[in-house]
Amino acid sequence: MIELAAVEKHFAGQVALHPLSLTIKEGEFLTLLGPSGCGKTTILRMIAGFEQPTSGKILLDGKDLTNLPPNRRDLNLVFQHYALFPHMTVEENVAFGLKMKKMPIKQQQERVREAVEMTQLTALTKRYPHQLSGGQQQRVAIARAIANKPRVLLLDEPLGALDLQLRKSLQAELKQLQRSLGITFVYVTHDQEEAMMMSDRIVVMNSGRVEQIGTPREIYAQPATLFSATFVGENNIFSRDGQLFAVRPEKLKAVRSGEGVETKRSGELMDVQYLGGVHKLIVQLENEPMTVSIVLDVNDERTWQIGETVGVDWKPEDEVVIGS
Amino acid sequence: MKKSGLSMLPVFLWLCLFLVVPMLIVVGISFMGRDELGNVVLDFNLDAYALFFDPLYLGIYWDTIVLSVLTTALCLLLSYPLAYYIANAGPRMQTWGLVLITVPFWINFLIRTYAWVLLLRTQGIVNEFLLSIGLISEPLQMLYTKGAVLLGMVYTFIPFMVLPIFVALEQMDKRLLEAASDLGASSWKAFWHITLPQTKSGIMTGSVLVYVSTTGMFVVTDILGGAKSAMISNIIQSQFLGARNWPFGSALSVIFVITSLILIALFNRAMTSRYQRVREVRS
Repeated sequence: MIELAAVEKHFAGQVALHPLSLTIKEGEFLTLLGPSGCGKTTILRMIAGFEQPTSGKILLDGKDLTNLPPNRRDLNLVFQHYALFPHMTVEENVAFGLKMKKMPIKQQQERVREAVEMTQLTALTKRYPHQLSGGQQQRVAIARAIANKPRVLLLDEPLGALDLQLRKSLQAELKQLQRSLGITFVYVTHDQEEAMMMSDRIVVMNSGRVEQIGTPREIYAQPATLFSATFVGENNIFSRDGQLFAVRPEKLKAVRSGEGVETKRSGELMDVQYLGGVHKLIVQLENEPMTVSIVLDVNDERTWQIGETVGVDWKPEDEVVIGS
Repeated sequence: MKKSGLSMLPVFLWLCLFLVVPMLIVVGISFMGRDELGNVVLDFNLDAYALFFDPLYLGIYWDTIVLSVLTTALCLLLSYPLAYYIANAGPRMQTWGLVLITVPFWINFLIRTYAWVLLLRTQGIVNEFLLSIGLISEPLQMLYTKGAVLLGMVYTFIPFMVLPIFVALEQMDKRLLEAASDLGASSWKAFWHITLPQTKSGIMTGSVLVYVSTTGMFVVTDILGGAKSAMISNIIQSQFLGARNWPFGSALSVIFVITSLILIALFNRAMTSRYQRVREVRS
């Protein structure tokens, strides 16, 4: 549905985005995931029309959008800091796009009602943005965008400014909203957990390049690059004969030195972290300048002494070989 | 609230001493009489106010309001595009623009105003030029007209309009324009629905500054307007310094201050949206 064809972006001679080709499917929840400065927001802003690609094309339903200004593209952006119009009420904010399209008043009201209902803002329509909490402002930003019934909704770290609790509940709400609207979401975030829980597909990015494209499960289970392996979820990287491989913390087993089992690695226990349901051991490996973390089974009742020697073992099939 | 109240005390005292007290003295004098030598005498009467209703003074009063409103409107029309250009220019052009706006302040105001005399008078540069290219056959009477006064006023007060509008434009969140564009607004519509309402505070500040300054300005009228185009401030000045009719000068001052306050209040009322009122109630 949206197609990026060899899209490339330079800022003042610096490469912000290496040539990227990507097809976004109808009704898909696609997330661009990466640390700040990786080029994910640049991609979003190029799709929205605020930046021009240095080269390449952007197509929506096969139609070339590349040279259209933002106001003539049938897609809407939810801004990172919402960019609500401070001098307009919630209602006026939500109606703005419809007013610009010169939609008849009756229809505008209907659309606004629908959008505020969907975002649970019905009681707040007469308020001004400064009279709302962060989470409510965020909902207004979304309502303002979806009132236009765009083919594609672009979201630039929409939950970045909210606290963890609120973020969690809005993540679920957004996912729900996307399902019920059935429109395509292109979502930008640096939070890998958020990406994992919401997306149909994730594009993992690093310094202007795509590291991997895949479903959350694929990216977690078969990271294509070292960056994917370490950025998405916690991971332990080992090397053998110059070949890197990764083993997830929950796939590692900790073995007491007294238990008399031969293990692949061993080291000194540095820390035990209790995280409620599970606990985690941090082990400094012998002869290797790295620590590994091991997630212990819920039923593991053993007690651990900081400083003791711990054997680290895993099954060969849990090794994930990284890139070539 | 208590704490900030206390810290406002010096400002409050300052205002009392240099604004409220002098104003009260002026109000007091406006109700008094004067002797043959022009000294103010304690003799409560409304003569000074009665004199104001002389058609001569009513006419000048009306002219002053018209000229001040015109000056404000022209300043606004000229300043907004200029401020907009400076606010959106690159950092180098912006610095230059602001310097050029403030440079006239480095030169004595009287000298600048007399420079207009040299430009506008019958044998002045403008007339000489127009004659030499044959556009006119005899010199135009530009100096000592209401037009010359208006020109001088606009010239003098434009910076008072440009700077507040520039500040308002600078402070505006530019992302709002991106949001408007994303929602389908053309750049003109984004300007009309977003930029203009967002810079209202600058427009209001600038307009009040220019309006009030114009009503109080008598030098420009004296130099460029000649005897025919007196404004209320010229009358007030001559009542105090020439005619030595302090009560009448004071009465005119009081009337004009009240008029200005009413006009400014009406203007504020018209310009302030419900949003700003909600905002003020909250803070």
